[in-house]
Amino acid sequence: MLQILKMAYRDLGRNRRRSFFSALAVGGGLALLILLASVVEGEMGGALENAIRLQSGHIQIRAASYDENKTSLKWEDLVPNPEEISTRIAAVDQVKAATPRLYATGFLSSGTQSAGAKITGIDPLSPASDPYREGVISGQYLSPEDRDAVLIGRPMAEKLNLKVGDNVGLSLNTADGNVQEQILTVKGIYTTNTYGFDSATVFLPLAKAQALTRTENHASTIFVLLDETSMTDTVAPALSVSSSLQVKTWKDLNTLFVEWEDLAQSYIGFLYLIILAISVSVIINTLIMSVYERTREIGILSAIGMRGGRILALFLAESSLLAIGGVIMGLIIGVLGTMYFNVNGFYVGNMGLSGIAITDTVYAKLTMENLINLTIMTFVATILAGLYPAIMASRMPPVEALRAEK
Amino acid sequence: MEVVNIENVTRVYRVGKVETQALRGVNLTIASGEFTALVGPSGSGKTTLLQMIGCLDQPTSGLVVINGRDVTKLNRNQRADMRRGTIGFIFQFFALIPTLTASENVEMPLLLNGHSPSARHARVLELLKAVDLTDRANNRPDQLSGGEQQRVAVARALAPKPTLVLADEPTANLDTENGKQVMEIMERLNKETGTTFIFATHDPRVIQYAKRVVTLQDGLVVKDTGEKA
Ligand SMILES: Nc1ncnc2c1ncn2[C@@H]1O[C@H](COP(=O)(O)OP(=O)(O)O)[C@@H](O)[C@H]1O
Ligand SMILES: [Mg+2]
Repeated sequence: MLQILKMAYRDLGRNRRRSFFSALAVGGGLALLILLASVVEGEMGGALENAIRLQSGHIQIRAASYDENKTSLKWEDLVPNPEEISTRIAAVDQVKAATPRLYATGFLSSGTQSAGAKITGIDPLSPASDPYREGVISGQYLSPEDRDAVLIGRPMAEKLNLKVGDNVGLSLNTADGNVQEQILTVKGIYTTNTYGFDSATVFLPLAKAQALTRTENHASTIFVLLDETSMTDTVAPALSVSSSLQVKTWKDLNTLFVEWEDLAQSYIGFLYLIILAISVSVIINTLIMSVYERTREIGILSAIGMRGGRILALFLAESSLLAIGGVIMGLIIGVLGTMYFNVNGFYVGNMGLSGIAITDTVYAKLTMENLINLTIMTFVATILAGLYPAIMASRMPPVEALRAEK
Repeated sequence: MEVVNIENVTRVYRVGKVETQALRGVNLTIASGEFTALVGPSGSGKTTLLQMIGCLDQPTSGLVVINGRDVTKLNRNQRADMRRGTIGFIFQFFALIPTLTASENVEMPLLLNGHSPSARHARVLELLKAVDLTDRANNRPDQLSGGEQQRVAVARALAPKPTLVLADEPTANLDTENGKQVMEIMERLNKETGTTFIFATHDPRVIQYAKRVVTLQDGLVVKDTGEKA
């Protein structure tokens, strides 16, 4: 066995360039797989956490009859006395923040330009509002007492050509079905680096939003953030709320995202296959060439009594060595590449997926599970690729092999 | 004792629709310890006959018995086992494994036969000495002359102490001096070890070493001198 490995090693050394490039084909394939998986992991994980932080929270408590798509402001569709419920939920262990929010639809207008807006009344002081406060890039963040101030996203500001201090017209629906209009002042401009979110969402202090929409002491939802996403399934069922309210988790609130993730996963699986197929075909090609070149040698080994099984083992040993070399190269390149993109990220810009809060910069994230699975997958595929040429060599009749004279 | 017994052996090659009768019914027996030449013009069937005897190929019809064993019915692995234990080969084009050194080439059949490292080592040294290549032990084939390569091949053929050594035109690619050296080594080893040698050739200078000359023509034995003392 050791001898077979020694021979296999020397055979690979005979054509170093070719061996190196075939191992590189395996390594390059693995590196690509690792990078791809890490980017996807980073993107999916990042996008989900982002969507939770900005948009859905881990848990929301709403009126049983609330319909998200209608953004209803009727009192019976809203949560009454939201402060009281929020305070109670915020006291639960593992809850990081619980805060009432009010959603309304409307539009902003400035001069002849106007843009649809998701008006969101928030408690500016709640930790759940931190991402918006931290995102302020010019002007100032909201304070609870503001009565004519609005915080808008950068894409909205660009579209309406607004600067801090400018006046802007706001029209929105009210609880009784009328339309309310008011001139507000742009107090600040924010970005969360999430185009789909920033381009539509405008913030008002909750009290002001309630006043404008005549919803008084009501909120669309109690927005709840937990310490960890993984706690959702234990915390959510334990929250006791009255039967007129419903508890929704991030999974219910991000169905579009979950569907999109499924789609993306199958698409990526297909990409994996293509990458593997390319590596595998390079290996098969190399080994078949090497079998043909060594027809005579195979004949000699067979003539001096080497059984087909051992000849098979010899060629399999070669592909295993190529696989090991390739996998090592692939791990080095792949992990280094992932580390680079883990620190620097790369900019994907606005992916045009409205309704899904995807950040515009993706940070690669490598999980041990992905690393191990991909390594094993590449290794096995390479060995399997070596099988056909090895069988070919082991079945070669010794006479044919010996006649292939120089 | 008979080492080789061949009865009515034919071999037909088919290439597409063309059939070539390489052997047309050969009868031949070779006794233990012979030093026999197969001669005849190119295409007369010498190589084909050696391949039958060497269990490298199987006859279209007829019987091939080696060491008392009918080898025509053996499967691939059984034939490989037969070759490994009892038959050594020497080819016209030296046929060494290019990635292995001289001593590793000689060691190969011993390895395949499962000899211990120390037994292998001793036997390799002994054989390299016998073919006068002790100082070339660690050279690869491409660092050896043709004559040296063929002597390594002789050593390799004899390594597992086979009953029978088959040599197909062993000197055809060597100059006179090297050809002579290889023939003398084979002759000496035949005498010293009693190993049976059958070699195919059409070189008169080689034929003179033979103790028995079997002449083939168009796939048939047309002349057999029998063994000379
Ligand atoms: N593999 C083969 N396929 C077809 N014809 C072959 C093959 N091997 C040998 N022959 C033919 O068989 C005949 C005998 O060949 P061979 O045994 O090589 O003769 P020799 O060794 O005496 O020159 C020749 O006519 C040759 O062309
Ligand atoms: Mg011939």
